[in-house]
Amino acid sequence: MDTAGAGEVGASLWEGAARPYAVPSKKLGMWLFIVSDAITFAALLMAYSYVRVASVDWPRPFHFWPSITVASIMTFCLLSSSITMVMAVSSAKQGKVGSTLKWMGWTMAGGFAFIVLHANEWRGLIEEGMRPFTNPWGTPAGSTPLFGATFFALTGLHMTHVTVGVIVLGVLAAGFKSGRYPADYVEIGGLYWHFVDLVWMFIFPLVYLLSASPH
Amino acid sequence: MSASHAQGHSEGGTRLYLTVWAGLLIMSLLEVFLAYEQLPVNLMLVILMGLSVIKAALIIAYFMHLRFERLSLFLTLVPMWVLVICLMSVFFPDSLRLLALRFPR
Repeated sequence: MDTAGAGEVGASLWEGAARPYAVPSKKLGMWLFIVSDAITFAALLMAYSYVRVASVDWPRPFHFWPSITVASIMTFCLLSSSITMVMAVSSAKQGKVGSTLKWMGWTMAGGFAFIVLHANEWRGLIEEGMRPFTNPWGTPAGSTPLFGATFFALTGLHMTHVTVGVIVLGVLAAGFKSGRYPADYVEIGGLYWHFVDLVWMFIFPLVYLLSASPH
Repeated sequence: MSASHAQGHSEGGTRLYLTVWAGLLIMSLLEVFLAYEQLPVNLMLVILMGLSVIKAALIIAYFMHLRFERLSLFLTLVPMWVLVICLMSVFFPDSLRLLALRFPR
């Protein structure tokens, strides 16, 4: 659709004859969005790092079991969902609809597993008394109120991105199956999904591993 | 298939993607392991950030395919990214000032 006028002999520049990056416009749009979203997450990570360095008694409540183990499993789920997405894009480019849907299904399953594990972890932390502006840790208790704020903001925004990603992948899969969407769209959805994985690559060590309980 | 034609890039094979995936998993396990080593905080932070950047670079280059795209796309996206993060980091040493201003316990 958007590749229709591009590269045609005689098409004017305004009709899309020139493609400086040699990518479809929707793909470029997704890249630009990804860069802006990455900067948003970078700003949140910077705020978290700033507050953490500036505090004396940052809580380290993540025990190896269940917190770090489950977070590692979540990392595995996202990384695996990324490789399945790569397979899906490859199948889509070869026109294999069934194979594409199968790989996209696995990608969505990985994302869904991530969401379930993450929501369960949130539930556990909230039960322990962790809130955005209070928590039972530190000396004296509750002396680092921003632990919850930074944690919930970072992981909450990320979880929202994963949820939206799973829904979008579902819509793309349905559209690709019915022939409404070309293989390009699967690739563009894949870009978003890899970005979500990429952000987790930073959140996991900086938030979880650095707050791993030392005993 | 006009899109991939116009892009004219070489595809990475399945083996390449699986190798990248395995590398990412190994680096993640390494990070978990490092978290339980009694390293000085600064060193640990540098190693963790370094590993995260390498993982990010692998994902961007291979999974997101940027390695096989035109150089102009890479140059439009990445240097600006790095620059913005550096600009944000300018304010980071202020957190040390804040630490020094805390009431003694």
